[in-house]
Amino acid sequence: MKSVVFGQYYPADSFIHRMDPRAKVILSVLFIVCTFLCRNAVSFFLMTAAALCLVLLSRIPVHLVLRSIRPLILILIFTSLINVFMTKGEMLLTPSWNIPLPWGKTWSIRIYAEGLWNAAFMILRIFILLIGTSIFLSFTTTPIAMTDALEQLFSPLKKIKIPVHDIAMMTTIALRFIPTLLEETEKIMNAQKARGADFISGGLIKRAKALLPVLIPLLISAFNRAYELATAMECRCYNGGEGRTRLKVLQLRFSDVLAILFLIAFVVGIFFLNRLGLIYTMK
Amino acid sequence: MDKILLRDVCFIYGKGTPFEKCALDHVNLSIKSGRITGIIGHTGSGKSTMMMLLNGLAKPTSGSVLIDGYDIQSRPQDVMQEWLLKEPYAGMRRSAAKRAIKQEIERRRRQLCFRVGLVMQYPEYQLFEETVYKDIAYGPSNMGLSKEEIRDRVLSAMRQSGLSEKLCEVSPFDLSGGQKRRVAIAGVIAMRPEVLVLDEPAAGLDPQGREQIFGEIRDYQRETGSTVILVSHSMEDMAQYCDDLAVMAHSKMILQGTREEVFAQTDLLETVDLDIPQITKLIQKLRQRGLNLPANIYTVDGAVAALRQLYAQTETGGREE
Repeated sequence: MKSVVFGQYYPADSFIHRMDPRAKVILSVLFIVCTFLCRNAVSFFLMTAAALCLVLLSRIPVHLVLRSIRPLILILIFTSLINVFMTKGEMLLTPSWNIPLPWGKTWSIRIYAEGLWNAAFMILRIFILLIGTSIFLSFTTTPIAMTDALEQLFSPLKKIKIPVHDIAMMTTIALRFIPTLLEETEKIMNAQKARGADFISGGLIKRAKALLPVLIPLLISAFNRAYELATAMECRCYNGGEGRTRLKVLQLRFSDVLAILFLIAFVVGIFFLNRLGLIYTMK
Repeated sequence: MDKILLRDVCFIYGKGTPFEKCALDHVNLSIKSGRITGIIGHTGSGKSTMMMLLNGLAKPTSGSVLIDGYDIQSRPQDVMQEWLLKEPYAGMRRSAAKRAIKQEIERRRRQLCFRVGLVMQYPEYQLFEETVYKDIAYGPSNMGLSKEEIRDRVLSAMRQSGLSEKLCEVSPFDLSGGQKRRVAIAGVIAMRPEVLVLDEPAAGLDPQGREQIFGEIRDYQRETGSTVILVSHSMEDMAQYCDDLAVMAHSKMILQGTREEVFAQTDLLETVDLDIPQITKLIQKLRQRGLNLPANIYTVDGAVAALRQLYAQTETGGREE
């Protein structure tokens, strides 16, 4: 339960943890751009090295990072298979196998070297993308810091009447109450279990019905909590974002700026590397 | 006789994660049958966690929980290999046998909940039915009893927890806080458990409400002769209503015994910031000054009676001289 409660945030004391969350949002956008720019083996090698450096810098146990990728293994396999079989190139690796399909046609399998390269690159790309963004965002930034950062980054949108502050406040409150509600669910479930509730046996309808004694009290208390919170906020004269100051003022430090500049340089570097056509270049 | 026995029990939350926290640290506890046992400790001392172990809602990380001498903890993964070789599971297909074992363990867990009734903290949050009657009947109907039996149990549970029969058809959400609490307690009493565990039953009630709830619990215990466990951080309440006491601090069990034995250890209690009741302290001071008063006085009423008696004695004694 606890792992759900805190999302993926992993408390540690590292350079990346201490960074300004706004810088981290910008960095992860740059990182995404960078991974999509990669076209040849050398640039992919550099990107993979960069992603590994990030993992080491963040001081997050490697097995945790790998575990976060596990749900995507199916997608990885699927994309690589499609790339292997569907890419047409010049260097044929297999004799042309023809497999008769049940509805009369034949399917000729041809695997080209380009297909293998593409598959490898696609896997690497998804891998790097995931590691990079999760290190910058979910592993080292608390959801609350994240909404703070997004609120400030999107604040220019206020000019076109988008209620950035309100959206951020709602998100913050929603995030803040996820652990509370989960805890409450667990408590009520235990209370009903103590009265002999059976949540696991029977068919779908019976099990859904068995959840009613949990859902009703949960809804009631969620509404009560909402009313109480609204009253508490009004008591403190909350009236939206106008003129509000912050307890924790985000400060962009020199090191943050440096990190962003470094990554921009990296993006430019990758961009030119692609033009050199080293080893193999993806189309 | 020991109704419940905890042997060297440890409980660790979130084992293997960065949020790991030890809630119970090698705890030993024995609960005597047919008595009211109080468990005292500050917030976060592990009391509530321990209560969840008693009816199988949580399993100890290590150590064992015995009820009437039988170990109650069986996790599917612990017994699976052993049971798969035994009848009736040995003859079944492996997947079917596994499912059957899981169901059997769940059935046992539910049976255990009926034997050890647990009233959690702020139990009024568990109410969900349209009427008080239906809500109290939830536990007994999960036991698969007949309609008449359920009716009988609900009505007697309502009487025992001080609810008037007129409330049967009222929605539990229209009741006052104290009455909601009573409905929730009645919902557990109606299962007629051998052991009734109440976690802070009087939390958030006014002094009068506290006294009533505790009084009803004591009357219930005297009437049914069942074993009752009360969890609280209030020394005053515990002193007044419990026969035995167990004191917890920092996830450890530091002291247990009868009420008199525990309150004799004033110094040890003070080292964990727990205090004996004010009135008991006063009587102790008076005893130190040489007044002939009994040591086991925990209520103001008791103290008044004892002092009156002492006064009467010295009066007559003075006249004889």
